[in-house]
Amino acid sequence: MSTFVSGMVCRVCGKRYPVSPINFCTDDFGPLEVDYHYEAIQKVFRRESLERRPWTMWRYRELLPLEGEPTVGFEVGGTPLIRAERLAEALGVRRLWIKNDAVNFPTLSFKDRVVAVALSKAREFGMTTVGCASTGNLANSVAAQSAAAGMESFILVPADLERTKILGTAVYGAKVIGLKGTYDEVNRVCTQIALKYGWGFVNVNLRPFYAEGSKTMGFEIAEELGWRFPHHVVCPMAGGALIGKIYKAFSELHRLGLVTQPLTTRMYGAQASGCNPISECVKSGRERHKPVRKPNTICKSLAIGDPADGYFAARLIRQTGGWAEDVCDEEIVEGMLLLARTEGIFAETAGGVTVAVAKKLIEQGRIPRDEEIVLCITGNGLKTQDAVFDAVEAPAVIAPTLAAFEEYAGLRTPTREAAPAVV
Amino acid sequence: MAITVEIPSPLREATGGQTAVVVTGTTVAAALADLIRQHPLLESKLFHEGRLRPYINVFVNDEDIRYLEEMQTPVSDGATIALVPAVAGG
Repeated sequence: MSTFVSGMVCRVCGKRYPVSPINFCTDDFGPLEVDYHYEAIQKVFRRESLERRPWTMWRYRELLPLEGEPTVGFEVGGTPLIRAERLAEALGVRRLWIKNDAVNFPTLSFKDRVVAVALSKAREFGMTTVGCASTGNLANSVAAQSAAAGMESFILVPADLERTKILGTAVYGAKVIGLKGTYDEVNRVCTQIALKYGWGFVNVNLRPFYAEGSKTMGFEIAEELGWRFPHHVVCPMAGGALIGKIYKAFSELHRLGLVTQPLTTRMYGAQASGCNPISECVKSGRERHKPVRKPNTICKSLAIGDPADGYFAARLIRQTGGWAEDVCDEEIVEGMLLLARTEGIFAETAGGVTVAVAKKLIEQGRIPRDEEIVLCITGNGLKTQDAVFDAVEAPAVIAPTLAAFEEYAGLRTPTREAAPAVV
Repeated sequence: MAITVEIPSPLREATGGQTAVVVTGTTVAAALADLIRQHPLLESKLFHEGRLRPYINVFVNDEDIRYLEEMQTPVSDGATIALVPAVAGG
């Protein structure tokens, strides 16, 4: 496969750069984004040819920033878009879908998408060792996919991360380093390491390529809806990149003619109240977010106090006519339970944030009840079980007899005479 | 008042390859003004219309100045100022 990438472009000043492991403009430090030869893509990227390809994220490979074929994460993506009728009823809306990346492969979060691109790109750059700064899901995915690819990984996380997320990283043989600080401090150290030693950090100097992987969640939503755009998308925000990439995916599908309907989707961002720089920015009308120094929420996967894409996420939300909200820890747990008990989907805390924020926005009248809504569920509840441990009723413990069960279940106690009369 | 400013690799073109520059000043603003006096090519990279560009973060001894007193954050002898690009993570 030949590349359709035309280069990289600064999102602030528009200066162009050749493809290389660099994430910011050397003139103004603005973020770099991958740009494509859309005219060339248009000639080969059609619904008919696409629909014959395997149902993975790579069916959209012309719009991903690799030179050749992917070499890492062949099976990633292709997660279900579920018509959520019971949750819709609970929320009082008519048409609701869940994009369920809680069952992404291999590590049960949307981060598998970005890592598959980042590691394939790292290999193209000749890197054999990769790293990341992570709140957990990214750590899991970098560790698993680099192990499968035979690459070494070193992963920096806040030391107070959930045990399951640290275990789910170290088990793959990754070098895990817990830093006694916030995610933003971890992130800054990674930036300094990347700059000083030139190592490949998936979300630092490989970030422009990495972030493009998130678009595949948007491509899939549109295709699963029958090549249409929903009216409203609710998306959790940590660094703020995913919400922008889902919208970029919609824009690209429209530009290439795969979806002909005008793009009028409104984008809504969801955060935890204990770390809400972007939703606060939207709600207060501020142009740029105010960083949160010490995030305090059970939703650690969204606990980024100084989101790199905060400005762009807030701007996109405003431009599309969407909104942003945040919810407290109790609401997050309620959101997790509501999703589990209506749709049988156990999402991590970020999923609780998304469901609870959607509920809030619907109640506020920000999202109309009779239009199409997609909720993005980005991670699996098995990774954040501690969050719901106290909210879930402990199982009953009884003697191993039928009588004990009948007593527990309040069933009528059978008489001895009820035993079979005929032998 | 010797303050060390660490120069990240993309800015070293403007410092003649120097990885760190020793400056003087009692605040971040004064220290960075001295840095620009020594290396004028840095001005347009760090500042736009007199204000620090939004995608560069400044740390004094590993603490983000936005949580201190921003450009008026005091710096004392032996302090280290780090200039770190902000678009990472997530």
